[in-house]
Amino acid sequence: MKPVTSQESELDGQGVTLDVSVWRGTSEGGGYQRFEVPALENQTILDVVSWIQHYADATLTYRFACRVGMCGSCAMMVNGQPRWTCRTHVKKVLKAGAVQIGPLRNLPVIKDLAADMDPFFDKWVTAGGAHAPSATRDDPIPPVDPQDAIRVEASAGIECINCSICYAACDTVAGNPDYLGPAALQRAWTLLNDAKHDAHDQILDAVSGVGGCHNCHSMGSCTVFCPNDLDPMSAIAGLKRETAKSFFRRRK
Amino acid sequence: MLNLRLYMLQRITALIMAPLTLGHIAVMIYAVQGGLSAEEILGRTQGSIFWFLFYGSFVLVVATHAAIGLRVIAHEMTGLTGRALTGFTWGTGLLLLAMGTQALIAVTWPAGMT
Repeated sequence: MKPVTSQESELDGQGVTLDVSVWRGTSEGGGYQRFEVPALENQTILDVVSWIQHYADATLTYRFACRVGMCGSCAMMVNGQPRWTCRTHVKKVLKAGAVQIGPLRNLPVIKDLAADMDPFFDKWVTAGGAHAPSATRDDPIPPVDPQDAIRVEASAGIECINCSICYAACDTVAGNPDYLGPAALQRAWTLLNDAKHDAHDQILDAVSGVGGCHNCHSMGSCTVFCPNDLDPMSAIAGLKRETAKSFFRRRK
Repeated sequence: MLNLRLYMLQRITALIMAPLTLGHIAVMIYAVQGGLSAEEILGRTQGSIFWFLFYGSFVLVVATHAAIGLRVIAHEMTGLTGRALTGFTWGTGLLLLAMGTQALIAVTWPAGMT
């Protein structure tokens, strides 16, 4: 059987359109603008946004890079849920022929669909996310056993590409702007379990402040929405465990 | 709006509350099944050091636990921060402590001394 391509699918060329609402504006104000976009058999949300920018309104601002789910820069809110738009098929999210696309939640909006990622990355650093090597380049490289229980914990979070989907999904961030958020805390948990990281106590201090891991309500949106199937909620639970142990240990 | 100290305080008070709550429920069921009147119950609790310590510690941990919990809700739902949030936390804790202490005295203080 001959495969159907997007150029000759049953939807293409039939005049079928999508009713697309796109956020226009900044953090200061704005609103959703409706566009009619031709429906295709194979079409992602990023394709829809690109079509609008190419053919309907060249002033539409959005961000993307790789288009294949590796860079994480095209994350947006689709029908109120955070998604990688390059990996979201229109058919999967279409409701009665309509879809709403907005900038990532919990972040300032620079313009239209481009969120300002500064607070997200600032918190990543605040949580102790910068690597502090335990050895110099002159020292021998210590072996790392991939099966080691601590290393397994560290490896669980290393596939994070900082797309901020978890940060946008987190209701605790929405209610508590100081909260460091799932990605930054998962990074802290990864480094805490990294044998080659040398600032373990600094991490425990960094995640124990007013915006630290103890503010997490374990609602689990981060784990549910992570497109890489990571589990920041369990990482945060690990941080709570370790900081609780250190609470008693440091008082001795 | 929780740091490690407040988090630990809330968890430790929860640990203390759990057996006290079970004890409280057990006493309630026992009292109802036995058909004890209010006078009979007060006759056993008033002047009892055991019940004073039991419900006294209950009141103390509830006031602490609830004040921290309500602090989080107040911050996340209303955006309360800084001194206002600290004041709210202490105010809630002290109010609950005062109400609990009033009930504690009524139930466990020796009869005729209140």
